[in-house]
Amino acid sequence: MRIVLLMLVGVLAAAVPGRAAVLVNGAGATFPYPIYSKWFDEFHKRNPDVQINYQSIGSGGGIRQVTEGTVDFGASDGPMTDEQLAQTKVPILHFPTVLGAVVPTYNLPGSPRLRLSGDVLAGIFLGRITQWNDPAIVAENPDVTLPAEPIVPVHRSDGSGTTYVFVDYLTKVSAEWAKSVGTGTAVSWPVGLGGKGNEGVSGLVKQTSNALGYVELIYAVQNELPYADVRNAAGRWVRASLDSVTAAAAAASADMPADFRVSITNPPAADAYPIASFTWLLVPSRIPDQAKGTAIKQFLEWMLGDGQSFAKALGYAPLPETVVALERRALARVAVGAP
Amino acid sequence: MTARYRRRRLVERLMFGATIAAAATTLGVLVFILGYLAYQGATSLSLDFFTRLPAPVGETGGGMANAIVGTGKLLATAAAIGIPIGFTGGIWLAEYGAGTLAAAVRYAADVLNGVPSIVIGVIVYALLVVPVGHFSTLAGGVALGVMMVPVAIRATEDFLRLVPDALREASLALGAPRWVTIVRVVIPAGLRGIVAGLVLALARVAGETAPLLFTALNNRYWSPGWSEPTASLPVMIFTYAISPYEDWHRQAWTAGLVLLVLVLGANVLARAVLRRGMAMR
Amino acid sequence: MESPETTVAGDRAAGLRLRFGAAFAGRAARGTTAPVARRVLPPAQARRRAGAIGDPLFHTVSLAFALSVLGLAAVVGVVLWRWSAASRAAFGWSFLATSTWDPVFSRFGALPFVWGTLATSAIALAIAIPLGVGAAICLAELVPRSTGDALAFLVELLVAVPSVIYGLVGLFVLVPLVRTAGGAVARALGSVPLFAGPVYGIGLLTAGLLLAFMTVPFIVAISREVLLAVPETQRDAALALGATRWETVRHAVLPYARTGILGSVFLALARALGETMAVTMVIGNRPEIAASLFAPAHTMAAVLANEFSEAAGDLYLSALMEIALVLFGITIVVNAGARLLIARVRAPAGAPA
Repeated sequence: MRIVLLMLVGVLAAAVPGRAAVLVNGAGATFPYPIYSKWFDEFHKRNPDVQINYQSIGSGGGIRQVTEGTVDFGASDGPMTDEQLAQTKVPILHFPTVLGAVVPTYNLPGSPRLRLSGDVLAGIFLGRITQWNDPAIVAENPDVTLPAEPIVPVHRSDGSGTTYVFVDYLTKVSAEWAKSVGTGTAVSWPVGLGGKGNEGVSGLVKQTSNALGYVELIYAVQNELPYADVRNAAGRWVRASLDSVTAAAAAASADMPADFRVSITNPPAADAYPIASFTWLLVPSRIPDQAKGTAIKQFLEWMLGDGQSFAKALGYAPLPETVVALERRALARVAVGAP
Repeated sequence: MTARYRRRRLVERLMFGATIAAAATTLGVLVFILGYLAYQGATSLSLDFFTRLPAPVGETGGGMANAIVGTGKLLATAAAIGIPIGFTGGIWLAEYGAGTLAAAVRYAADVLNGVPSIVIGVIVYALLVVPVGHFSTLAGGVALGVMMVPVAIRATEDFLRLVPDALREASLALGAPRWVTIVRVVIPAGLRGIVAGLVLALARVAGETAPLLFTALNNRYWSPGWSEPTASLPVMIFTYAISPYEDWHRQAWTAGLVLLVLVLGANVLARAVLRRGMAMR
Repeated sequence: MESPETTVAGDRAAGLRLRFGAAFAGRAARGTTAPVARRVLPPAQARRRAGAIGDPLFHTVSLAFALSVLGLAAVVGVVLWRWSAASRAAFGWSFLATSTWDPVFSRFGALPFVWGTLATSAIALAIAIPLGVGAAICLAELVPRSTGDALAFLVELLVAVPSVIYGLVGLFVLVPLVRTAGGAVARALGSVPLFAGPVYGIGLLTAGLLLAFMTVPFIVAISREVLLAVPETQRDAALALGATRWETVRHAVLPYARTGILGSVFLALARALGETMAVTMVIGNRPEIAASLFAPAHTMAAVLANEFSEAAGDLYLSALMEIALVLFGITIVVNAGARLLIARVRAPAGAPA
């Protein structure tokens, strides 16, 4: 017993870092987790004193924990509602970081490239369309042989900004969806299995034949899962890509509100991908801890500059220049140190 | 041999056959779990696993060095909380406890034992994370410590009660005060069993994941001190297992193997100590 | 939850107490040894002074720690009660009967989770009881003592395997197994509501199976001890009357051990009810009540794990706390039942009920 205790003490002593590091904790969206994880790693390499620990617990978690003040910053793909903002102790600022796309991903033999319109997607997740070879799906995919198998819808079991983006889109394109299910980071799903995080959903889709889920683009790409083309408001079939996502943000970035809270689903642009979204870092407008506040602001500066160059490799579209300029000015709104 | 007797013998053989099948199934499951885990875990076992930090999402490589240390720190904290309360409380129950108060304490220990670990995590979140303003190793350790208390108190009480009263009476007869009797005579006599029980309690909380989700959260980096979130083996296993990345799955298996070796090793050790102690009586 | 080793130790303690006589048990319980010391010894001022402050101090300190256990249990109850107040006020008793779980429209009902918890536990026990009691009988009656001890030791190790590892093995081994085997069953018996619907591999049955494997070791370990504790005279008498060995077990041994076995079942149930991680990895996390074994479901513990850290909005959080309260209540009741039964086993046993 004594030996065990001594060993423990030895190990613990070794765990304390030699230099006083600034430890920042953030939590939230799984949607941008791959790029955030890369960013914090790269920032740490450039600033070894700063360690930003980000945990992907879902956008709902990010909103809640930054509201409670248990993390230094949050992250969400669904902007905070007015009610949520009213409940925070300190006003929370939204800083867009990248643009991403939510894609319908599926597990079918042969991994065919499918077209799924908003109506079909709403129908599937409402439980009206239950088979892969339903006439509605076949009509949109005449060259594909679809199996006579039941669709296994997969959704999020936790509060999710990815869900928010997806159902925000479904609410806009399907009146039935708007009436019966609505929008939010957590909704009452009529059908389907629940996975935890983008990771959980892509894991489930990957392991379950005939499954259909919605994930951020990079999760489908990294896991070699096929994803569908979606029909946009202009009536064209668009595949999620850097260009189509950037096109989706074009209208919004010209007219960006001061608090950066905007939805870009189902935009009118001709080559826009309809299920795209900004994703935001939720930063308190006052950060009492000097070191942490400075570190966060430094990160945001870096993110708006060099950081944007990492986005493309991971399938996220970098922010439009106009938005970057607006954000740089907005950084001044983050106050550091005790009031 | 009448026909009736032969039927009864047949029933006997069938039923005993069924029980043998049941025993074989149960043991088979154990062997399978251990074997499968060992097989999957061993294939990715490497020095990297024990020495490196996790890699960014989607990249291969990296290890769980911080999770291993994190688990160690959490267990140390849990022990610091669970053992004093359980041990001392158990002493009271065994040596002084009588009547309704003792019954109430025992019942409270049972209640605490029965609380699902996730609920304990929720409570500690409400009391130690929100008011303080951050997730922490301390909160995680407290949650685990609270879970240790019922097992520790039970083990202590049971093994102290096993100490024959003759020892107590002899010590008192020699003029030792009550508390010296307890501390110098009774406890050493029951120590072997108590230590075994405490090690078992510790091993049990080592594998708990749920209470850590809302208290210690998780950490990509090393977690110095006790007031930062920390990585831990069970939480890493959970996070990696439900993810879609193959590399993470492999690491989850390896972490599972390490955790299992730790927990089972402690169990085997504790029981060996216990049996030797029992044999000596 | 109870581990067999401390129960076993308790049983051994009970045995010792029985053997050494009620006198010792009584005296230890009463703690009346101090007067003896003062009567027998010559006045030793120094010793009495040390005892004069040491004894009450030690007593107080140990009492304080013992009371802190009461405090901890009370804190759990109080926090859950207070944080669920909003939800209790909003929904009342209908919370337990409603099956909507809608964070968007703030309508919450716990029924799907209660159903999922009870259903998975029922499936688990339905498998674990025959398996566990059967294995216990084999290890107690059929196998020579030393081998039985070694095998029981191995089974007890299963108790120690952490839940997340069961989840790991369940996710990667059991789920594909249920998908293929279940697929065959569903094709054959698909018309029966119990087996209807698509087989995802993830669902009620998988969770129940996994829980069964997690709870069987409790039943085996405790039942074996209980069976071994049945006096040989029972068996001898039955055999002398001409019973076969199986009949002996069935009519002479099992009824004697019934209470203890039932206690172990309650203990297993208590574990199954509170199990979180392994279940959430294989159950599908879908708050819906369906008749099919293959349908995904949700349990009270799993919904807490999934939704607690992000429940934004007071009513949502309060509803989750109310679920935690309900779970807490159920596990207290079951645990109390287990203790009562096991306590009856420890008391000097009378004739089999």
